[in-house]
Amino acid sequence: MFSEVFAMSYDVAVIGAGVIGAMTARLLSSYRLKTVLVEKTNDVAMGASKANSAIVHAGFDAMPGTMKAKLNVQGCAMMPTVCKELSVPYKNNGSLVVAFSDEEMSTIHELYERGQKNGVPQLSVIDRETLRALEPNISPEAKGALLAKSAGIVCPYELTIAATENAVSNGVDFRRNAGVTSIEDKDGVFTLKTTDGDIQAKYIIDAAGCHSDDIARMLGDDSVSLVVRAGEYYVLDRSVGDTVSHTIFQCPTAMGKGILVTPTVDGNLLIGPTAKDIPEKDNVATTAQGLETVRTLAMKSVPCVSVRSAITSFTGLRAHPTTDDFIIGASKVNNRLILAAGIESPGLSSAPAAAVAIVNALFEAMGGEADKNPVYNPIREEPVRFRHLSDEERAALIAKNPAYGRIICRCETITEGEIIDAIHAPAGARDVDGIKRRTRAGMGRCQGGFCGSKVVEILARELKKPENEITKFGGHSNILFDKTK
Amino acid sequence: MIKYDLAVVGGGPAGMAAALEAHKCGVNKIIILERAETLGGILEQCIHTGFGLHYFGEELSGPEYADRFIEQLKDTNIDVKTDTMVLDISQSNVVTAVNKTDGLLQIDATAVVLAMGCRERPRGALSIAGTRASGIMTAGTAQKYVNIDGYMPGKEIVILGSGDIGLIMARRMTLEGAHVKMVCELMPYSGGLTRNIVQCLDDFGIPLKLSTTVIETHGKERLEGVTIAKVDAHNQPIKGTEEYVPCDTLMLSVGLIPENELTKGIGIAMDPVTNGAVVTEMRETDHPGVFACGNVLQVHDLVDYVTMEAQIAGRGAAAYIQDKAAFENAEYISTTPGNGVRYIVPQKMNIHSREDIKLYFRVSAVYKNAKVVLEADGKVISSKKKVKLAPGEMENVTVPADVIASLAKDSTVCVRVEE
Repeated sequence: MFSEVFAMSYDVAVIGAGVIGAMTARLLSSYRLKTVLVEKTNDVAMGASKANSAIVHAGFDAMPGTMKAKLNVQGCAMMPTVCKELSVPYKNNGSLVVAFSDEEMSTIHELYERGQKNGVPQLSVIDRETLRALEPNISPEAKGALLAKSAGIVCPYELTIAATENAVSNGVDFRRNAGVTSIEDKDGVFTLKTTDGDIQAKYIIDAAGCHSDDIARMLGDDSVSLVVRAGEYYVLDRSVGDTVSHTIFQCPTAMGKGILVTPTVDGNLLIGPTAKDIPEKDNVATTAQGLETVRTLAMKSVPCVSVRSAITSFTGLRAHPTTDDFIIGASKVNNRLILAAGIESPGLSSAPAAAVAIVNALFEAMGGEADKNPVYNPIREEPVRFRHLSDEERAALIAKNPAYGRIICRCETITEGEIIDAIHAPAGARDVDGIKRRTRAGMGRCQGGFCGSKVVEILARELKKPENEITKFGGHSNILFDKTK
Repeated sequence: MIKYDLAVVGGGPAGMAAALEAHKCGVNKIIILERAETLGGILEQCIHTGFGLHYFGEELSGPEYADRFIEQLKDTNIDVKTDTMVLDISQSNVVTAVNKTDGLLQIDATAVVLAMGCRERPRGALSIAGTRASGIMTAGTAQKYVNIDGYMPGKEIVILGSGDIGLIMARRMTLEGAHVKMVCELMPYSGGLTRNIVQCLDDFGIPLKLSTTVIETHGKERLEGVTIAKVDAHNQPIKGTEEYVPCDTLMLSVGLIPENELTKGIGIAMDPVTNGAVVTEMRETDHPGVFACGNVLQVHDLVDYVTMEAQIAGRGAAAYIQDKAAFENAEYISTTPGNGVRYIVPQKMNIHSREDIKLYFRVSAVYKNAKVVLEADGKVISSKKKVKLAPGEMENVTVPADVIASLAKDSTVCVRVEE
């Protein structure tokens, strides 16, 4: 391949197109730097960023003085603006940590105090009556709660997709299916050996999520110590999406923030996660036991939650750092390697602020801030969302482009035009799940039963490939075999 | 806004039969709105035979059965719009639809027939543990890939659920050269038609494993295998009975769900058992002028019954268009499912009806040599002996016109199984 003969040369290579890598690449695109975003899978947001609680935490959980605490509070404050610039749905719905005993009530007060120290705004402890008035479906066993009005919900993969699109529009190269297998450092230039050829860069930002320890180790830095923690979730149908309006947490334990019940920005109800450390890094299988735990514990907070309205279940992985804090900064072994590792929860909430911290660490290593990109545009235009338009807007749109008049996904009302747009967008969709995350086609109650084959057909047509080369999520996840006899 | 007497939502067997029947009854301006590219609905991908034995007295393939109605439509002035999706039906029966050529369509209809059919229950609704590999699909999706798109969706196949589509696909994939390893069924009996078990499994030596389910899927990219296990009387997997079965495809035939999003959007009363609307003997819902028929009303076992039900709805809609006042004078009583009966359609019947009313129902378990008993006001009207009753097969019993004439506002009509 071309790239193997003439390795592309960059100022900065960001490894990992999760929310941290994408937000960092976007920020880098506001400077005069040649940046490449390197991703080992077929799409962005394929790790922790695609499967998590989709929460913008207020910032009272982390211990005062930690990077987690600082970046969470900052990130939470930045999120509404970032989401507006990137046209990503965000909702400031507030969160509640619910206590079920006097002992848990004292935890609530501790969290309140911690929140005050962390600088969390609009935090208050509320009693049972106020809680029940806010959330009528909450368990009658609840004693009181911590109300955090600054908390919100956001779609994590949409944020990652939008940030990548915006970065690419501002000049960043996106390389998919380029898994880094080794890195050489010679004369101040790194050569990344990848599954899709060599890439050269002066600086590396290691945002490889659960594999950030592996990347650091390639350059002799074995300081990154991670445990992969799996969490299982259920997504419930939109018909029960308004069961609660706030994000409902239970009191935190050593393993995390416990099982939550929350609405999503798309109107579904999300329950989970469990927390189980796993030995195998990419194992996103759900387990009968894990799903059972989610079912039982979610009902403790909100008794009327029932998985009879479940439309799917999934497992998300988080890279838990054994130090219990984010690892952001230049590697002690090689200062041209910037670590952005161990960014577990509240990583999504911290992402806008983490990107700033990461880029600052890069500039420190570079010995100064880079020049600004004079043509940087922070705005990513909102893609067509047919389902949100008025009848007049719909009619006008179809008159302009008839592809918006053909509904492909009937559960979510997604048009052919939106699917074509998702394929041809910067760093666009290449597989069925990529279409699903960008447009919601197949995300509804039939889970692609009807539209799946049509999406395969459109992908094949637009990418000029035969249908049996179209995959569910890259690799060998092909959907079809040979033609019938 | 375009004015129509009748708008039919869905151009499958139910929608076509309802429109044709209304036309036959003298309704002038009728439009069928179909979301697919062609009329015929799911019949288009059902290339096996077995359709029409009851209605036409001959054995037809799905497309042939559909064709009989498509041909009849050509000889009428019924308007048909395909590739057209209905987005909304208003309280005043204004139907909003969308397609590539007309853009946004608004149809002011006197009456509406809902005939949207049903969809398959997906994997997500089942909570099967394991990976999210490709190769897990509903049997109907697989059927479309093979019969319409001409691609093989799998080679080594396990089917979960012995509903009719699952059984049909076991045979279809075998004929295409795939290896169907087994059909697993959670219940101690099959939910499919007996003739399909014989012709699709037994004839090909495909094992049907009853009281067995899939508890886990394996494989990171493409499916590599499933773990199956026996289940106890509460449908819970029994420890120690787990068995790993290598396969590249898991097909699901685990139930059909009527597609009632539009129905619920209007605020129509639903039957929690059928997941369809509550209807009268005319198949009118509780929203005046809106009728429902076919699989959107109740999941049928045979298309022949869909046709017959749609004709009732078509006649009902015609009667409504021609004489609304008669509908206002109706007095309804509820039909009650008794012992062993899961549900009855229609759920309501007009005591002023002058015609026989057929009550369709399904039983809740397998019965041998049992009696189907029809009671009115506690009095046995009929009692019919049945060699076999199974949940997979729809049954019916007729309430004669003379019995209806004797009913009052507080009367009860009940169907039950007597062992």
